[in-house]
Amino acid sequence: AFLHPPPGVTQRELWFMRKLSPSKDMSLKHHKGNPQKLLEMNGHTAVPHSYDYDLIVIGGGSGGLAAAKEAAKYEKKVMVLDFVTPTPLGNSWGLGGTCVNVGCIPKKLMHQAALLGQALQDSRKFGWQFPEEVKHNWMTMTESVQNYIGSLNWGYRVALREKKVTYENAYGEFVQPHTVKATNKRGVEKLYTAERFLIATGERPRYLGIPGDKEYCISSDDLFSLPYCPGKTLVVGASYVALECAGFLAGLGLDVTVMVRSILLRGFDQDMANKIGEYMEEHGIKFIREFVPIKVEQIEEGTPGRLKVTAKSTKGNEVIGGEYNTVLLAIGRDACTRKIGLDKVGVKINEKTGKIPVNDMEQTNVPYIYAIGDILQDRLELTPVAIQAGRLLVQRLYGGATTKCDYVNVPTTVFTPLEYGACGYSEENAIQKFGEENIEVYHSHFWPLEWTVPSRDNNKCYAKIICNIRDNERVIGFHVLGPNAGEVTQGFAAAIKCGLTKEQLDSTIGIHPVCAEVFTTLSVTKRSG
Amino acid sequence: MGKTYSLLLLFALFDLSDHTCENVQEQPEYDLLVIGGGSGGLACAKEAAQFGRKVAVLDYVEPSPPGTKWGLGGTCVNVGCIPKKLMHQAALLGSALKDAQILSLSALFLFHSCSSSLNVRLCCFLPNRKVKYFNVKGSFSDPHTIRGLTKGGKETILTAEKIVIATGGRPKYPIHVAGALEYGITSDDLFWLKESPGKTLVVGASYISLECAGFLTGIGLDTTVMMRSIPLRGFDQQMASLVTEYMESYGTKFLKKCIPTKVEKLESNRLQVTWKNTDSGTEETDSFDTVMWAVGRAPDTKALNLETVGVKTNSETGKIIVDAREATSVPHIYAVGDITEGRPELTPTAIAAGKLLAQRLFGQSSELMDYDNVPTTVFTPLEYGCVGLSEEKAVQCYGSDNIEVYHAYYKPLEFTVAERDATQCYMKMVCLREREQRILGLHFIGPNAGEVIQGFALGIKCGATYPQLMKTIGIHPTCAEEITKLHITKRSGLDATVTGC
Repeated sequence: AFLHPPPGVTQRELWFMRKLSPSKDMSLKHHKGNPQKLLEMNGHTAVPHSYDYDLIVIGGGSGGLAAAKEAAKYEKKVMVLDFVTPTPLGNSWGLGGTCVNVGCIPKKLMHQAALLGQALQDSRKFGWQFPEEVKHNWMTMTESVQNYIGSLNWGYRVALREKKVTYENAYGEFVQPHTVKATNKRGVEKLYTAERFLIATGERPRYLGIPGDKEYCISSDDLFSLPYCPGKTLVVGASYVALECAGFLAGLGLDVTVMVRSILLRGFDQDMANKIGEYMEEHGIKFIREFVPIKVEQIEEGTPGRLKVTAKSTKGNEVIGGEYNTVLLAIGRDACTRKIGLDKVGVKINEKTGKIPVNDMEQTNVPYIYAIGDILQDRLELTPVAIQAGRLLVQRLYGGATTKCDYVNVPTTVFTPLEYGACGYSEENAIQKFGEENIEVYHSHFWPLEWTVPSRDNNKCYAKIICNIRDNERVIGFHVLGPNAGEVTQGFAAAIKCGLTKEQLDSTIGIHPVCAEVFTTLSVTKRSG
Repeated sequence: MGKTYSLLLLFALFDLSDHTCENVQEQPEYDLLVIGGGSGGLACAKEAAQFGRKVAVLDYVEPSPPGTKWGLGGTCVNVGCIPKKLMHQAALLGSALKDAQILSLSALFLFHSCSSSLNVRLCCFLPNRKVKYFNVKGSFSDPHTIRGLTKGGKETILTAEKIVIATGGRPKYPIHVAGALEYGITSDDLFWLKESPGKTLVVGASYISLECAGFLTGIGLDTTVMMRSIPLRGFDQQMASLVTEYMESYGTKFLKKCIPTKVEKLESNRLQVTWKNTDSGTEETDSFDTVMWAVGRAPDTKALNLETVGVKTNSETGKIIVDAREATSVPHIYAVGDITEGRPELTPTAIAAGKLLAQRLFGQSSELMDYDNVPTTVFTPLEYGCVGLSEEKAVQCYGSDNIEVYHAYYKPLEFTVAERDATQCYMKMVCLREREQRILGLHFIGPNAGEVIQGFALGIKCGATYPQLMKTIGIHPTCAEEITKLHITKRSGLDATVTGC
């Protein structure tokens, strides 16, 4: 039944089609519009009813898909164009965007694999006995992770089809007002018109622009499907992507070094960022600070091969060299906005960052073109934010709603070995905004009960809240380092949304014995020392 | 009202102390005497000491019938929350070993090495320096005097201005069941066992019963729960049945609608239990290595001699009747924790109540303990956390037409690759149906339920509404984010299974 799979279906998806619905007709319906003819008929004078679609979404990631599905609820004619340009090493993936394929999902699963490694060590103290040598198999892990991702890719396709959203695995770019050109893998081009457009193309990892980077280095776009264990790894960068990847690679037993140009986790609370760094160092991850790579050379081919990295100090002229099996670049991400014909329709981007400025309705300077997700200027790069923004946008466009996406007090978590959850202001930003004398910082170390028996890391987990003294000690920042930080933070984020004050925090009864209860008994201020 | 009262109380204090100085020969030795060194009592004592008061704590652990005893700190630390969560963690690690595909090889659980590492930890619990501690069994001899008896029978007389009773509760034995006391153990003994309990029967359907049965199953023991009627009485019953359903799929056996009638010791040293199946009316029997009773807890008031001083108790439950200020029927005698009538039996409430009481007695405070919306969690194999009203209770209070229940079945990401069953991972939010849709209750079953619920409990305390929760952006990928995405109402009858991101 699958001798002729629809174009753009990856091997992985194909496997799922076979596995999940062997009897169904799997040919995906393609829209066979004739936009040329329509254009001729209308002579470029855009009359709404003459467009092929009500909405074309460029980019099938979390935000784009959420918006497309939402629009379909209002019985709008919707198309999604998604195309993954292969990485320099040739990797590409299915529908769903970064989060599902090369972001949140695989990284959390690999983080979980590393946590299980820790659990194995703990479990001996808890009375479990098993043979000494426990090995981790990289291939088993990546296969399981990739199979799960495959099921998600397939699920998205099914969901789009069920909702009657047209999906094309083709690269979309604007060619003229209200018109995009879609180019598929084989180079076949089609034109589609729509009344409105939503740009949700996201970002891709940045390369260093030094000799050997694209030839020999990998990025997070390659790591999660790497067909071999990366071995001794150099992670370049100090973003959360860098620290998360370094964290789980070390947790799986690999020799990991992180090369950092300046500070860790820029934009996050620096007190917390440094604690994360300290914890990682104590757990065997090496840090080379204030160095940047200038050259990567291959010493030996292989899976993994051997690479020589030459790096230069950011402070002086000192040059160092090191040998690694794998070099993972995680120095930042660039918005995919420069090659989608925005100039043809006049959508402005920030020339420096490539990001798109939008108003509080996610509208670009071209009224019929909207944008959401990681490509937005001055907005958060988070999956749930993109989803929320996309849904609300569509509800405003087609559902008569007026609710705008609220980008304030968005919680987030970083899956470093010691997890970090945060919501609201960092301490630095709070001081800058309100003045040091007007904020009160309450903090406390805590020791998770489940770490006591294996006598693991006392005084590493940390809780901090920042209150605005002038506003009834309202909680404006929440920070936690510890196990399940994301699970802990979510509810507090909801409470902060409801205007939580320190007094209310104090009058809430804790749940015993959990880590989150520490927040109900915070009494020491930073000021007091 | 509260403020006026505390002012009056202050005047009363001054008045009284002048009076005692001049006219009474024996001035009370202590400002505050706390009977019972558990979480609530110690919190109250420490807080009072912070105000510079002279405080003493009396603590005495009557050995359990099989002879288990422990040190200061009370139930939570010694035979409650702390050891049970650690044992639960041991069981969770078992699941982790399974996920890591090691358990199938040749892992085995050494009960002794686990319990001994627990006990080392538990023994280091020390009282606050500023508080005087007596390891004596206290009883009232007059309203201001406590007679303390040491283990050796030595008597100590202590007098105090104010007295707080915080003696907690102890597990009940089913006295009508022959052999129950002789051969059975309770949660007071379980955590201090030197050897694995082996094949175990846990009798009861309380959270203690289910938690213990859960971790015993998790560490690889053949475990059976016998229950008379419903599981987790007082908790939301839909959630309760999901909890037990999961336990059944996890390997815990259940004998439902069964009542034990006798326990006998066989020659093999095993215990033969006979019970009546009230459904079929038949008598059934099986043998076990250990029988644990988890049929409820009784307040520990017998030794206190409360009648002498006139402290009133509820004749049915035996618990001490207190008002909103934790005062008993005798104005200078107070009670906090599990011993008090109608209060949640939870460590953090006892601690908060004890602290607030000390602040009212010795500080300038008039703040009363708020017993509403207290969150809690049950550490069953699949954890259950909740805050606020159960669905039944909400229906009872507001009528089913006036409440809206949002719910979802979800799959934790870490269950997917490990191919763990997530059939019972479920959450629901009970809201008022009127415009604001204020949240009345939140219920969550899944990993780390306690960690998830804590923050939301705070939101509910702040009067969170459904729309406010929907405005909260999720943290991806976590289980807790599903709460911010709840949108299917029970009323709609739509499929509540969460799919994809």
